[in-house]
Amino acid sequence: MRHIVHILLLVALVLVGCTRHRPSEKPPIHPNPNMDDQPRYDPQAPSEFFADGKAMRQPVAGTVARGRLNADPEFYTGKNADGDFIRVAPVTIDLELLKRGQERYDIFCGPCHSRVGDGKGIMIQRGYVPPPSFYDQRLVDTTDGYLFDVITHGIRNMPGYQYQIPVPDRWAIVAYMRALQRSKNATIEDVPLERRETLRQQ
Amino acid sequence: MAQLFPKWTNRIPLIVAVVVLFGGVAVVAGVWYYFSPEYTDVGYRPKQPVAFSHKLHAGELGMDCRYCHNTVETTAWAAVPPTSTCMNCHTLILPESEKLLPVRESYNTGRPIEWIRIHKVADYAYFDHGVHVRAGVGCYSCHGNIRKMEVVEQKEPLSMGWCLDCHRNPDPHLRPLDEVTNMEWEPSSDHAEFVERIKAERNIAPPEDCSGCHR
Ligand code: HEC
Ligand code: HEC
Ligand code: HEC
Ligand code: HEC
Ligand code: HEC
Ligand code: HEC
Repeated sequence: MRHIVHILLLVALVLVGCTRHRPSEKPPIHPNPNMDDQPRYDPQAPSEFFADGKAMRQPVAGTVARGRLNADPEFYTGKNADGDFIRVAPVTIDLELLKRGQERYDIFCGPCHSRVGDGKGIMIQRGYVPPPSFYDQRLVDTTDGYLFDVITHGIRNMPGYQYQIPVPDRWAIVAYMRALQRSKNATIEDVPLERRETLRQQ
Repeated sequence: MAQLFPKWTNRIPLIVAVVVLFGGVAVVAGVWYYFSPEYTDVGYRPKQPVAFSHKLHAGELGMDCRYCHNTVETTAWAAVPPTSTCMNCHTLILPESEKLLPVRESYNTGRPIEWIRIHKVADYAYFDHGVHVRAGVGCYSCHGNIRKMEVVEQKEPLSMGWCLDCHRNPDPHLRPLDEVTNMEWEPSSDHAEFVERIKAERNIAPPEDCSGCHR
């Protein structure tokens, strides 16, 4: 009888130790470390060696990686050889590009400019400076190159996005902003003939 | 001559047998239970140097994961955002906040914030975010509902068994590409058809051979 009590106590003790999936602030301990942690640097790992504490080093200023010369100024800066903004984006605009632009716009611009581009995104309610609406005539009339430049370097109170958004995506966003502007100022003339009738009925 | 071994020693073989039997089972069970990453790793939730909340940024403010983890679709590494990404907003939002002091300090000195790493695959295994996200596996399948987490917590064991469970049958985890960061996505009723189509279209074939992950 006494043994049964002891065994039950033991079982209870083991079960009490069963704490799988319980949140813990302590770093995991691997009883058998294998080669889980090898003496190498992962991306973004800290380093004792360098003064700024980063294992990832910056390339020396002025270095150009193979295939990254970015020689085409229109595509990479939105300006032509004379330094003027180009009027039309140097990309072929198709549905795929617009879809890409929409997705990227919603991710990166939506928080401030709102999904429809009226400049009333959620960050504005939380205290950010209100941006202008994209439907302002000034922004409708401006060049594609200028819009590209705003995304790249930011403007006044708007941060630049050159490190977060790759160049082709920036052009996709520009194309999508143009689509937004057209949709707002669209008339029935912009709708294909065969669809007009259904629209009128709605 | 007195007895060299007292009488009770006759029971020694029995005791040894019982201890070995039960002890053996206990050791195996203990190792199975306590050495598994399910026990050691799941639930890891370190206190970060800045009280950054996914629940606020990704949940309440509705920011997309890719605003901050912007390399997740293209590279192996999902990248915790650099301080400059935070300062996109925090130059003007709560510029005086006490909680954001380390962020401003890092911005001014150029020394990165030392975020504590939570998820970690063993160094001898190869993992690539880009491949998974582009195949249509959502963040949710591997990280749980981050959008509800005040502090990020590891939800899955990241063990070999776990990887293989999905590689053998990825179907329930595949979704349309524009839903990968959606935490509330539910498979539609024609999910099976969708999976068939998408697998053929994107040529999805998760590796099960050793060299796929141990390369
Ligand atoms: C953090 C909030 C924020 C985000 C995110 C943001 N913007 Fe802005 N944007 C602003 C503010 C604020 C202004 C007004 C700047 C000023 O005049 O001080 C502005 C202005 C602009 C303008 C008008 C420039 C002019 O000539 O007046 C354009 C175009 C623009 N943004 C495009 C974008 C695009 C495209 C994106 C996404 C890649 C984006 N913005 C993301 C805050 C933001
Ligand atoms: C405002 C920027 C921001 C957004 C938006 C964001 N994150 Fe994060 N994320 C961070 C920062 C900063 C960290 C590092 C600090 C931490 O762990 O809380 C992090 C950490 C993580 C980690 C843990 C990394 C590790 O060390 O293992 C995961 C997983 C993660 N984020 C997933 C997501 C997912 C999924 C979403 C979209 C629902 C998302 N994040 C949205 C900034 C962001
Ligand atoms: C797109 C804009 C945006 C970005 C990017 C952003 N935040 Fe925030 N953050 C906010 C807003 C909005 C709030 C909430 C303000 C409020 O409470 O009204 C906030 C609140 C916070 C708070 C709470 C501050 C307090 O005093 O309560 C912390 C901490 C914080 N953010 C950290 C970060 C960190 C770290 C990053 C970079 C990984 C980051 N944020 C990136 C918009 C942003
Ligand atoms: C197939 C599973 C899987 C999916 C899907 C996934 N992750 Fe991860 N994530 C992991 C694993 C495994 C790690 C640990 C990686 C390592 O140690 O190298 C990780 C680590 C991270 C980290 C820490 C930095 C790093 O790269 O180690 C962040 C941030 C992150 N994930 C964000 C995301 C976001 C955002 C998404 C959705 C777009 C996502 N993850 C989708 C499995 C996944
Ligand atoms: C939720 C499902 C899921 C989980 C969990 C998962 N994978 Fe995968 N993995 C996939 C799918 C789907 C593919 C196929 C992608 C394709 O073929 O386009 C894949 C492909 C891969 C590949 C092949 C990449 C390439 O370059 O072809 C590797 C390596 C891999 N996974 C490693 C891992 C590791 C390591 C883990 C565990 C830490 C893991 N995966 C967990 C779904 C998953
Ligand atoms: C889907 C990716 C994947 C495939 C395929 C895979 N492994 Fe693994 N393997 C892993 C991961 C991830 C770990 C790390 C597990 C951990 O940290 O607990 C691992 C760990 C291991 C370990 C060490 C286990 C330990 O804890 O000591 C061995 C041995 C191993 N794998 C052998 C194999 C062999 C043999 C094969 C082929 C039959 C194989 N693996 C196929 C992902 C994979």
